[in-house]
Amino acid sequence: MIRPHRSHPLWLAFVLHRISGLALALFLPVHFWVLSLMLTDRERLDGFLLLTENAVVKLAEFGLVFLLAVHIFGGLRLLAMEFLPWTSRQKTAAAAAVGVSILVSGTFLFQAI
Amino acid sequence: MLDLKLYLLQRLSAVVMAPLVLGHLAVIIIAVQNGLTSEEILSRTQGSFGWALFYGTFVAAVSVHAAIGLRVIVFETLKLKGFALNSLTWAVFLGLFLMGARAVWAVTAVGAT
Amino acid sequence: MTETDKNIDVSVWRGGPSGGSFQRFEVPRQDSQTVLDVVAWIQQNDDPTLSYRFACRVGMCGSCAMMVNGEPRWTCRTHVDKVLKNDRLEIAPLRNLPVIKDLAADMDPFFDKWRKAGGVFHPTKSRNDPVEEISPLEEERQNANAGIECINCGVCFAACDVVAGNPDYLGPAALNRAWTLLNDTRDCGSQSILAAVSQGGGCHNCHSMGNCAHFCPNELSPMTSIAGLKRATALSILRSGS
Repeated sequence: MIRPHRSHPLWLAFVLHRISGLALALFLPVHFWVLSLMLTDRERLDGFLLLTENAVVKLAEFGLVFLLAVHIFGGLRLLAMEFLPWTSRQKTAAAAAVGVSILVSGTFLFQAI
Repeated sequence: MLDLKLYLLQRLSAVVMAPLVLGHLAVIIIAVQNGLTSEEILSRTQGSFGWALFYGTFVAAVSVHAAIGLRVIVFETLKLKGFALNSLTWAVFLGLFLMGARAVWAVTAVGAT
Repeated sequence: MTETDKNIDVSVWRGGPSGGSFQRFEVPRQDSQTVLDVVAWIQQNDDPTLSYRFACRVGMCGSCAMMVNGEPRWTCRTHVDKVLKNDRLEIAPLRNLPVIKDLAADMDPFFDKWRKAGGVFHPTKSRNDPVEEISPLEEERQNANAGIECINCGVCFAACDVVAGNPDYLGPAALNRAWTLLNDTRDCGSQSILAAVSQGGGCHNCHSMGNCAHFCPNELSPMTSIAGLKRATALSILRSGS
């Protein structure tokens, strides 16, 4: 059986949104639990925080930040599609503007720190 | 499975979170520059009403958003429905909300540690 | 049509509601051959018991849609050239619908949902009233015009993964119809349409994955229509609720 080909951009955007959302939802309890160690076991908390210097953990952190970024920009795209009845040319322009502004402000942020 | 009410809650929580996520991303990028310690986190957040409000709102919105998101995924992929699906939605919401509230308390309340 | 000496290796789904399997046929390759031509050739020259559905053969009636190499297509306007993979074709009944026999899917659930989505016209005038003038420039009319060329072929319904995951979901075609009707100023059923598309399987289940718009043979965008319904239902709640 040949599988249906759904490799068009919107379907991929949907898959990314679903996977990132699911992963973030599963990460949240861990995130909350580690932070609340502040109340009960600060040494253990600092142990976890020290782990973030580890290269593998750094990579995982990058992954989480990436998932969050993907999920929010994908979500903003959905909100724009549903609540701002724009023409597709306006949408392309808006997406380009958001992209450029993130690039500019991101560069600024990295310069600043 | 989404009806109009759940859909509105999902979009409303998304709109509430949009600026918070952008803020959170900025904090992540800045905070990890000098390495994370419990001391560093507390110096930023402890006793700050602003951060308590920021993260408190975030936790409330993300609990709603993640509960509804997981509900949809579980319904579509595992075919859970009815009472079981509603119970799961509520359990996810309450679980995340309580854990999140405890985490916010842990990092912002004065004298909690 | 001129025959070439090449053959197509065609797998055709055979079976009924309770199941079935693919059966292979060798079909001679011809110039400008459509997938419907291939199916017709098999039925006329190899196995007369093969069941399939078609009527107009020119992309008007919407009755010949099938899964071709895993993708939903209107077979009468799909050239074999475009879809052939290694000289192979796999033809199956439309996805997300029960099978009656072989390539004929049962369209009842599809059209039942059409009605469930509030797709029946609610007239405001009788035959004794003068014909209402509608400006083609009005925004509402343009919204409606963007969606009314639907031929009810069921391709979007078969393409949609939300339909696959949620049997109650009304689907892209029915919701697109509801949106065109909502924008039709001659229709007075706005409230009933908004209520119909807000039920458990309504427009709010759409994930905007766009399979419907990607595969619609008439290049409509049910996804855009559904986004319109989400907006309209949300606004109506905010207006009435507050």
